[in-house]
Amino acid sequence: MGNSDNEIFVIRMPDVGEGIAEAELVEWHAQPGDMVREDDVIAAVMTDKATVEIPSSITGKVIWLGGKVGDMISVGADLVRISPDANAQIEAAAPEPAQAPPATPDAAPSDAPEPAPEQKNAAPAKPATDAETHSAKPAAPASGVPARHVQPPRRAAGEKPLASPAIRRRALEAGVDLRRVSGSGPAGRLTHADLDAWLDAPESAPVTGGRVRRTEVTEIPIIGLRRAISRKLGQTWSKVPHITIVEEIDVSALEELRAGLNAERKEGKPRLTILPFLVQALVRAVADQPDMNAHHDDEAGQLRQFAGVHVGIATQTPQGLKVPVVRHAESRSLDDTAIEIARVAEAARDNTALRDELSGSTITITSLGALGAIATTPLINAPETAIVGVNKMAMRPVWDGAQFVPRKIMNLSSSFDHRVIDGWDAAIFVKRLKTLLETPALIFVEG
Amino acid sequence: MAEIVCKLLIIGGGPGGYVTAIRAAQLGIDTLIVDEGPLGGTCLNIGCIPSKALIHAGEEFHKLTEAATGGSPFGLSAASPAIDLGKTMAWKDGIVTRLTGGVAGLLKKAGAKSLRGRASIRDGKTVTVETDLGPQTVHAETIVIATGSEPVELPSLPFGGKVISSTGALALTQLPESLVVVGGGYIGLEIGTAYAKLGVKVTVVEAAPRILPVWDAELTGPVAKRLAALGVEVMTGAKVTGLTDDGETLQVATDDGSDITLAADKILVAVGRRPRTQGFGLEQLALPMDGPFIRIDNQCRTAMRGVYAIGDVTGEPMLAHRAMAQGEMVADLIAGQPRVWDKRAIPAVCFTDPEIVSVGLGPDAARRDGQAVLVGTFPFRANGRAMSLAREDGFVRVIAREDNHVVLGIEAVGAGVAEFASAFSLAIEMGVRLEDIADTIHAHPTMGEAIQESALAALGRGLHL
Ligand SMILES: Cc1cc2nc3c(=O)[nH]c(=O)nc-3n(C[C@H](O)[C@H](O)[C@H](O)COP(=O)(O)OP(=O)(O)OC[C@H]3O[C@@H](n4cnc5c(N)ncnc54)[C@H](O)[C@@H]3O)c2cc1C
Repeated sequence: MGNSDNEIFVIRMPDVGEGIAEAELVEWHAQPGDMVREDDVIAAVMTDKATVEIPSSITGKVIWLGGKVGDMISVGADLVRISPDANAQIEAAAPEPAQAPPATPDAAPSDAPEPAPEQKNAAPAKPATDAETHSAKPAAPASGVPARHVQPPRRAAGEKPLASPAIRRRALEAGVDLRRVSGSGPAGRLTHADLDAWLDAPESAPVTGGRVRRTEVTEIPIIGLRRAISRKLGQTWSKVPHITIVEEIDVSALEELRAGLNAERKEGKPRLTILPFLVQALVRAVADQPDMNAHHDDEAGQLRQFAGVHVGIATQTPQGLKVPVVRHAESRSLDDTAIEIARVAEAARDNTALRDELSGSTITITSLGALGAIATTPLINAPETAIVGVNKMAMRPVWDGAQFVPRKIMNLSSSFDHRVIDGWDAAIFVKRLKTLLETPALIFVEG
Repeated sequence: MAEIVCKLLIIGGGPGGYVTAIRAAQLGIDTLIVDEGPLGGTCLNIGCIPSKALIHAGEEFHKLTEAATGGSPFGLSAASPAIDLGKTMAWKDGIVTRLTGGVAGLLKKAGAKSLRGRASIRDGKTVTVETDLGPQTVHAETIVIATGSEPVELPSLPFGGKVISSTGALALTQLPESLVVVGGGYIGLEIGTAYAKLGVKVTVVEAAPRILPVWDAELTGPVAKRLAALGVEVMTGAKVTGLTDDGETLQVATDDGSDITLAADKILVAVGRRPRTQGFGLEQLALPMDGPFIRIDNQCRTAMRGVYAIGDVTGEPMLAHRAMAQGEMVADLIAGQPRVWDKRAIPAVCFTDPEIVSVGLGPDAARRDGQAVLVGTFPFRANGRAMSLAREDGFVRVIAREDNHVVLGIEAVGAGVAEFASAFSLAIEMGVRLEDIADTIHAHPTMGEAIQESALAALGRGLHL
């Protein structure tokens, strides 16, 4: 199809990680017709964990793209075709012809006075179609390659809508005049979806009460990270029966300790949030209950307990929720933990995290920070078996047996995979965390 | 006699009428269909089906003749063939009987009643039917007029004796030695070609400058060529003025001013058909007309409430499938379903040799519409299947809008291309673009590959030419 004599370079979908057969196309940095230099980034693809940018290996003109954003592309499949020849013809786009870029302009001078850039048709058109621009005839035989680009849909007055008989019948039955519906198909052909959309939101929705009823529906494809999140959480929710325990933690002592430590911080030492304490508390707690620091491999019918504690920190990033990992928290000091949390979270936020930094956690902490509500129902980061959610800290009155005293209270909402963790064990785990956090010295006691 | 009361009365049992009846009965409407003749109308009894049977018999005989005269391109030979036209006609009648019986069965299965007899309209709700058992009065809520059409007679050449209509031509039991066909339209040429292939000396007299004037000269060219090869003499620009006084020879006035006479055993007058609107009380309703046809709207309603008209009686193209489609729609409408006539095209097929099929607009018609068009043509001489059939004559032509490539028409002329009609119609009704046809896999080796190639040609990227 349309190949010129020039060699065409194909950039294929690289192997982006072990065992990965396909990756999602999340961004195009070039369009057919664009000139790219060697090493220019052409596309970004995403695996379950990380986004990988794909550079061009040559300088030339992009003539074909292997998909549209959101498509899953197999490893080894053609991703981009590049011709070193700047005059190369664009190949038919694999996605929609409608998205095809303009074809090489016809050399014929414009006979028409209209300013439309593509107006170069000298043939008589019926008045009704004058509003439309006309694409050129297939390119001159000399070039051998025809212009495949056709005009976007536009119906002239009086023109019959382009729709299959079944759609026409449906429209009639639904009382819809198809001439008023615009078609999204090639050449403005009406699809069943167009009709559905019209039926959902007809142009003439009745107006009531002086306020305009708005019926637009904006469709946003669920792609990229959001698709990964959606798929993963959907699976987790449907596969893993959760139990969630919410417990009140009196963090007054912990807050005192934290304030004291932060006050004494030497230069170059990280400021401490509550998170590193929580991570270290987890290290302690899972030592007694290794089922909580484990993967539930349901396919293998195995619970895989880990000696190392790799704590996932659910992090809101501009791209969406990610879970960077603090590896081997059991070997880290408090400061070291704080530094590592900050580092991986940062990497996740600026999209520079490596695959390793976004995978392999064995237990996860999730926190909504200041927005953290009084209780949440965290979803497990499958295949893990437990997740600890941090709720908002607040000063609350607590009855000390004689009177109400103000205490700093922070709830923890922790969920467990009920298939492998009984409520009893979950409760013991939460109780242990409570003890550790309410008496923070215990976190640091050796042995 | 007792009066019959029904919800729906259909006058005429042709393809229009019987389809209405089947569909309406399926929808639970109390339906009665009346015809004075056998069910199936013109189409089954004296039109489409019997003519195609004769055409096929002619083709088979012609192949044998070729084989017998050393003209077979395949190297086949045969002893001198013979035809027993009586037997041919009996075979044809067998098909007709099976089909008309089939229609009766379908009507019965659907639950429609039928009545044999001649209907006369008394008013918009009452019809008298002259049956073998005497007159019957039928009261109906709704009436569908589907009385069809009949051959047009030339005043100077009334039917009778050697002057026959298509009906007569489809019922000959003896081969005439010579046949003059008056009228170079599809009916005359179809039957004329069939007889030419049966060995009859055929002459076609056509008043217009060329045969098959509904199609353009490019499409009809291969037919004209083939007629010549079959030994059919075609006189265009020639008007029949009548018979000589002895009633034996035909008098023809040609465009160049000369008068000639033509001797013939049989003279087939096929100068057109006219809607059957006379002689059954239609005048009573004083319906507005469209020329000779009953005027209808896009739901086949006449000006009178509760009276519909469909089929040949309502206008061109007078074709069986148009009548059927109208009938189906009308039945739905009577059942209260929303329907309107919204077809993009009605296919037209001419079963000459080669066949012509056209759906939608030809290039000229599209341009007359003010449309800038792309036209792609692919000849069968570059098609492998056509070669293997020794039929390289003809081509496929696709016409599309230049601006958005939506296909406006598809036409073909070639051996057996009538069967393309379905593909062409489907394409146009679906609103396809050239790219859709070009990007559809067409089986190889078939003549249909030419359809894809014509679309590729229109896109400027033909492969096999
Ligand atoms: C030789 C020939 C070849 C043809 N070939 C083709 C072809 O290849 N393809 C194609 O599509 N079309 C073809 N046609 C045309 C096709 O036959 C007609 O278009 C079609 O039959 C029209 O259907 P209809 O229902 O409108 O009417 P008809 O088929 O004409 O049926 C009308 C019926 O009404 C009955 N009738 C009329 N008046 C009364 C009355 N007062 N009372 C009772 N009954 C009445 C008649 O007896 C008849 O049976 C051909 C026609 C002829 C003559």
